[in-house]
Amino acid sequence: MIIDINFIGLIIASIMASAVPLILASCGELITERSGVLNLGVEGMMIIGAISGFALMTVTGSLIIAVFGAMLAGVLISTIFAFLTQTLVTNHVATGLALTIFGIGISAMIGKNFVGIPGKEFPVLFEGLKDIIPLLGPILFGHSIVFYFAFALPFITSYFLKKTKIGLIVRAVGDSPESASNQGINVRLVRYACILYGGSMSGLAGAYLSMIYTPQWIENMTGGRGWIALALVVFSTWNPIKILIGAMIFGGLTIIQFHMQAIGVRIPVQFLTALPYIVTIVVLVVISRDSRKIRLSTPSSLGKSFHKDN
Amino acid sequence: MIKIVKRDQPSRAIFFLTPILAIFLTLVAGGLIFYILGFKPFEALKFFFIVPIADKYGFSELLLKATPLCLIAIGLSFCFKSNNWNIGAEGQLTFGAIVSGGVALLFYEQEGFYILPIVILAGAIGGMLYASIPAILKTYFNTNEILVSLMLVYVSKLILDYLVVGPWSNPEGFNFPETRQFSDSARLPLLFEGLRIHAGIFLALAAVVISWFVFYKTYLGFQMKVSGFSLKTAKYAGYKGKKMIILVFLISGACAGLAGVGEITGPIGQLHREVSPDYGFTAIIVAFLGRLHPVGIIFASLVVAITYLGAETAQIFMQIPKYTGQVFQGMILFFLLASDYLLFFKFKFIGSKK
Repeated sequence: MIIDINFIGLIIASIMASAVPLILASCGELITERSGVLNLGVEGMMIIGAISGFALMTVTGSLIIAVFGAMLAGVLISTIFAFLTQTLVTNHVATGLALTIFGIGISAMIGKNFVGIPGKEFPVLFEGLKDIIPLLGPILFGHSIVFYFAFALPFITSYFLKKTKIGLIVRAVGDSPESASNQGINVRLVRYACILYGGSMSGLAGAYLSMIYTPQWIENMTGGRGWIALALVVFSTWNPIKILIGAMIFGGLTIIQFHMQAIGVRIPVQFLTALPYIVTIVVLVVISRDSRKIRLSTPSSLGKSFHKDN
Repeated sequence: MIKIVKRDQPSRAIFFLTPILAIFLTLVAGGLIFYILGFKPFEALKFFFIVPIADKYGFSELLLKATPLCLIAIGLSFCFKSNNWNIGAEGQLTFGAIVSGGVALLFYEQEGFYILPIVILAGAIGGMLYASIPAILKTYFNTNEILVSLMLVYVSKLILDYLVVGPWSNPEGFNFPETRQFSDSARLPLLFEGLRIHAGIFLALAAVVISWFVFYKTYLGFQMKVSGFSLKTAKYAGYKGKKMIILVFLISGACAGLAGVGEITGPIGQLHREVSPDYGFTAIIVAFLGRLHPVGIIFASLVVAITYLGAETAQIFMQIPKYTGQVFQGMILFFLLASDYLLFFKFKFIGSKK
């Protein structure tokens, strides 16, 4: 049997494509968590981004407005979370859950008029180079700008956290808000900024799903990806580069599922669909087992409210 | 001038008043959303919150929806009180429904008084088994229970889907994704002719009474409370932390499993793809709105149950999308959390004179 080498390239490319929303949302959430805030509303922000992007694209016809609009929608919805947790000092877990429930409801409400409308074609870059190089061609070329951005993001995030002053401030706020505050850093402001940034990335992840990956609006189309993105942050032990690896594993599981069905493997489809969720649990167990290691890499103030008494 | 001052002690009166404030604010915000969507706000709110429960049938439907919410929320309050974030009650409900449904299907041709208790017990055990997974992983492998319990929700729904489409589907069912009908002996009896309210409500009420007793009259309740305030204190006092985590998860799983039993052996009488319209998630809101207090949870479950009915009614009569129910649920929790601010801080009016 001859296996077309380009076919392997295409499979790898499709795995990467399904990893994109996970990378975006996880990298955003990673920054939020590094500042000490646990936002469980990723799924809600993502679905809001998905409907906002799709709706704006349909209404305005402009892909640029749609993509940035989706990010803005993510920012807006995360502002609710930021206001509640930072200004009104509410519990992070409960507020994040409320955000997810609210987001799913609002998105379905807005999305009612957009069900069944076909999406638009999103332009891809370097299409011509795709067939020139075997194997690497389909992997490297012919993708959307969001795709390239997603694969650059972990490296940018890593550089930001390690090498820039603002990155240092974010880490300081997450590891010890008290001493950061004593140094004159406005903890609340930093956390606000990190939450809104996380919102914008989740919004972008959602827009990628509804505009590029499966260009259409389907209710609940994020299908738990927001939660998997949260799990990936734990998996990465708050290291952006490892998010890349984790997202590829989960992307791989999603894609293999389709191919197994295609070649007629006699495994119930439901089992294959459940695989990413089961693997998430297994991976979490393996990573978390070593409680000392987890404690060392977790931002020390994660999920704890900080309130400076006047 | 108004100044915000930290209270010396959280106010107890406000603790029970803020849920009412949250409901009020949700109604105001909801009216605003209806207005933006182009509906008359008062008419829409009337269709949402009053019309659905205006008659006998509507009231029975309200209790029907409040029953699983109350039951699950009671279970969750054990977890939340002791700082365990079980958010996968939906999965425990589904798995409870699967196990009890499986047992009920074994007896599909038989009648007998012993069948129903076995079916109910099976549901509770199913829920407990499923809840024990995040509990054991948390206690022995240090794994985050939020993510594990949530992932298991997706898994449980896929297991159910597999069973009702595949091995358990009704052989005479023309390939519909549903099982055979259970025998009458496996069904929870209906309480009134023509209404759908069933005996499951007694399970919920029993849970309320038992939980009240455990919370306020037993050593276990005291331990849970202390662990909720401070895990360090609990450790210092020598409480068996691991045992308690597993116990509260089992209780919560059993309650969710029982809610699952109520759903399938009540009005439906068979297993099908969707045993629950996200009761397990909504119950989280109910638990908070009821302040993790058994009596509070009864009221909260009734209020939140209205959002389910209201969403249906508003969709039929005003073409308001049914997801408005979820939007309302999210808003209630937002406003409730926000108004908690008043627990710890108060506004002080300071005159201009010194």
